[in-house]
Amino acid sequence: MVAAAVPAVEDRERQIWNVLESVPDPEIPVLSVVDLGIVRHVRWVADSDGQSRLHVGITPTYSGCPATEVIRQSVATALNDEGYAGAVIDEVLSPPWTSDWLTDAGRRKLESFGIAPPQRVVANPRHLFRAHVVMCPRCGSGATERVSEFGSTPCKAHYRCTSCLEPFDYFKCL
Amino acid sequence: MSTVTAAQPGCEALFRYVLRLGDTSLVLGQRLAEWVGHSPALEEDLGLANLSLDLVGQARLLLTYAGEIEGQGRDEDALAFLRDAPAFVNLTLAEQPNGDFGRSVVRQFLLDAWQLEVYEGLLKSNDTRLAGIAAKAIKETRYHFRFSSGWLVRLGDGTEESHRRVQDALHDLWRFTTEMFVADEVDDALTAAGVAPDLAVLQPRWSARVDEVLKQATLVRPAPVAYQWHGKHGVHTEHLGHMLAEMQHLQRTYPGAQW
Repeated sequence: MVAAAVPAVEDRERQIWNVLESVPDPEIPVLSVVDLGIVRHVRWVADSDGQSRLHVGITPTYSGCPATEVIRQSVATALNDEGYAGAVIDEVLSPPWTSDWLTDAGRRKLESFGIAPPQRVVANPRHLFRAHVVMCPRCGSGATERVSEFGSTPCKAHYRCTSCLEPFDYFKCL
Repeated sequence: MSTVTAAQPGCEALFRYVLRLGDTSLVLGQRLAEWVGHSPALEEDLGLANLSLDLVGQARLLLTYAGEIEGQGRDEDALAFLRDAPAFVNLTLAEQPNGDFGRSVVRQFLLDAWQLEVYEGLLKSNDTRLAGIAAKAIKETRYHFRFSSGWLVRLGDGTEESHRRVQDALHDLWRFTTEMFVADEVDDALTAAGVAPDLAVLQPRWSARVDEVLKQATLVRPAPVAYQWHGKHGVHTEHLGHMLAEMQHLQRTYPGAQW
């Protein structure tokens, strides 16, 4: 039959994930939306009109993050450019995003970009606000201090290194 | 899905309830936005802007849901920008003017502590949509409470002048806190339905949370005041109308304007 012309579901989904890995976060462009852990699902769903459509689930990092709208558009545009017109972007609210979902690759990219990656502590809320050492992404020193818990974007806190004296951003735990 | 939907009886109460939560977040978020460019330090300017952004984001989720429950085609923007003050049902405390930084910190602290209790209670709501919004919001609110309680301690246990200012603000704003816990028929119906937490249960928890920080801040808890504010019934202090005039100006002048 013609089955050979239709890729397996896993392959089709893999292709979409590959496309999404090329979509940058508008605020921290070294990270893709996949690195950020905000892509919650990629699947083909038969909608109420009987048509099977590609659905991509995106969750916001912070409720009011202004980047969310831009990300939706970037994802839709990237998929369209790769020939997946008419993809549906689902907004997924629960379970809520956590900084623990940042991928290992994402953490490494953040650090080389000069942003200290978040600690993996959110799984236990009691650890969330425990004092922990944030390493300076520039010189690697643990001699750092918090300037403000609120930084240039909702997801970042403002720190400075008392060893190399450089200010830096810390991607905070949520 | 076990979600309570507009198709089920009691949706009017649910609409009012969600609208109140959304309005309180929106009005408080707008007040904080007024600080942008005026804060005592750049870090606090960013901090207050971040809090504002979170609150407006939470308001969007809540007002969108309220509009869907109502089923009259009103979205978040219609609810935020095209209602007059008497149609707003926020807590009266949220609309109180910023005053000095200390006064804004006191207002924020009292409302953060309230939101923490409400969202905590809503995590167990049998309305899954509301529980999902609460699960998202409570993570942000924990940061807000850290900010406001941290500043309250620094100002209260700071200089004579800073102590005097926050203590005065606390005395002045305390009368608006009773409203947080006075249940009406909307609260009663939704508590009975397992949608909303029982305000009678939240009150002592809020009180203990507030007392703990006041003690650290060396501040005196004001005496209880008889309930006399009705923001959640649409009866407001004179301040809300002025705030809305500015907030809604663009949409009122150029209806449907987008960017």
